[in-house]
Amino acid sequence: MLLLTPPLAWFVVVYFASLVLLLVTAFWTTNPFTTQIVQFWNTDNFQRLINEPTYHAIIGRTVLIASLVTITDAVLAFPFAYFMARVASRRIQTLLFAAVLLPLWASYLARVYAWILILNHSGVLNWSMHLVGLPPANIGYTNIAMWIVFSYIWLPFMIIPTYAALERVPESLIEAATDLGARRWQTVRDVVLPLALPGVVAGSIFTFSLTLGDFITPILVGGAGSTLIGNVVYDNVGIANNVPFAAALATVPVAIMAVYLLIAQRLGAFRAL
Amino acid sequence: MTEAEPKKAALKLQGVRKNYGQVVAVAGIDLVVNEGEFFTLLGPSGSGKTTLLRLIAGFERPDAGRIELGGRDITSVPPHLRDTNTVFQDYALFPHMSVAENIGYGLKVKGVPRSARQKRVERALAMVRLTALGNRRPNQLSGGQRQRVALARAVVNEPEVLLLDEPLGALDLKLRQEMQIELKQIQQEVGITFVYVTHDQEEALTMSDRMAVMANGQIEQVGSPVEVYERPATEFVAGFIGISNVLLRDGVRFVVRPEKIRMLAEGEVPEPGMTVEPGQVEDVVYVGMTTRYIVRLDRGEQLVAVRQNMDAVGDAHKFQGRPVRLAWTANHTFVLDDGR
Repeated sequence: MLLLTPPLAWFVVVYFASLVLLLVTAFWTTNPFTTQIVQFWNTDNFQRLINEPTYHAIIGRTVLIASLVTITDAVLAFPFAYFMARVASRRIQTLLFAAVLLPLWASYLARVYAWILILNHSGVLNWSMHLVGLPPANIGYTNIAMWIVFSYIWLPFMIIPTYAALERVPESLIEAATDLGARRWQTVRDVVLPLALPGVVAGSIFTFSLTLGDFITPILVGGAGSTLIGNVVYDNVGIANNVPFAAALATVPVAIMAVYLLIAQRLGAFRAL
Repeated sequence: MTEAEPKKAALKLQGVRKNYGQVVAVAGIDLVVNEGEFFTLLGPSGSGKTTLLRLIAGFERPDAGRIELGGRDITSVPPHLRDTNTVFQDYALFPHMSVAENIGYGLKVKGVPRSARQKRVERALAMVRLTALGNRRPNQLSGGQRQRVALARAVVNEPEVLLLDEPLGALDLKLRQEMQIELKQIQQEVGITFVYVTHDQEEALTMSDRMAVMANGQIEQVGSPVEVYERPATEFVAGFIGISNVLLRDGVRFVVRPEKIRMLAEGEVPEPGMTVEPGQVEDVVYVGMTTRYIVRLDRGEQLVAVRQNMDAVGDAHKFQGRPVRLAWTANHTFVLDDGR
């Protein structure tokens, strides 16, 4: 118990307190002339969020992109993790593990810039398309580019918990399904997938929440209509100097994640971590 | 009485062999299991009995040989297309499905319509006396109940051959003995051929119509429980099933079962035709129903004699260290022909 005190204190003071402070700040306001924070309790910031359609669009877009990225990663990660956990030899498994984790050693920014080099109009993608005689794709600086880059960056966070869950599915259950007459795809659908689902949901917590809070990828690879919640928060803190409004907007992903985690918990995701 | 119908083979193995690297798990086995038979593969761990079962189920492919099921060559047929079902040692019930869903799964993947499926699942549940528990999850059941679900899940598909891999291994003694009787009853009821793997000799003797004793990937002997117990073909079989007293007299090796040895009282005259050998009681082991006397013969060998505890309580121990005469009749001995 005594050993738990420092991390617990750290958690309560630094993590929890800052969250509370965030929430409190959201109910303050700023002086429009001096941009100083005025500690006057009001719900103006939230009313602005509720009344201005721009923010609805931004929140909607953020949730949509986060959902798409999560689904994409789940679809990509599952067969990959399945191969790693249940098909590959020990050697190949180690190799694939390294391949999955290696990109995490490189800077996030470097990896996003690498995608700019691929996706921009004179990039590798268009160049290759031209080479085989196809019209240019021109997906740089669009929401599609953002979707691809997010999916790429968060993929390891989906693969690892999915792999862990798949590895824990007992071999005898797979044999039992086969023995009862199930084909390979039926076994995967009826036995492997339901048992590995908590792992996929655990992975989705990462992919979803990381996308929900990101603001760098939209700036670098997004276009005019790619503003996410994170960007508005960033702009309000750094440029408009309206910390209370930024705080109010920041409570939105917190609330969304709270609901998401509740559902994830119901699906047994925490037992899979 | 009409003449008995010639038995049809449900399962036929010819020269089946399986190696794992350098290790020979199954060393070329020939075996015929008849239709409707309760057939047991008995052997110590590492004897290849489970591997043989997995070869029949199709989880493993033989390196050589041929497996026939109901007259059809299934050597290279994948497990999901074989008309066999398995009761696994750890039951392997699907934890995310209810008991009824578990039992109905085989029918579902084979495309049996829902209503027909429901009826058969209900019948299977009734057969294993779990009618009320169809909606439970496997983790809400006791070990014995799980075992029955596993059995129902396999039997409901009415396979040509049902394979059971030490299905009672995880149960306690009392429950195990109850399930032995129940399993045998169910087998007779449904008339499906059972191939049953166990390392428990008592289980094999009580349940089987015929049994094969395995060692080192080979079959030592095939026969009915009585044949195997009373006339073991090899020293290994004699030793594995029951206690074996091996003696070498006049160049002939033979076995006398402990319960067939008489301990003569002082001055008692042996019946005519009995062989009598003197020795000394080294140890007296009380095992409840019987007492085991470990006797060192004057000619050097150690024999075990068993007597029922019909004497006064604690009487047995007075034999400790005493000289005794052991007697047996020739027709209670059997000669080992393995030449080892």
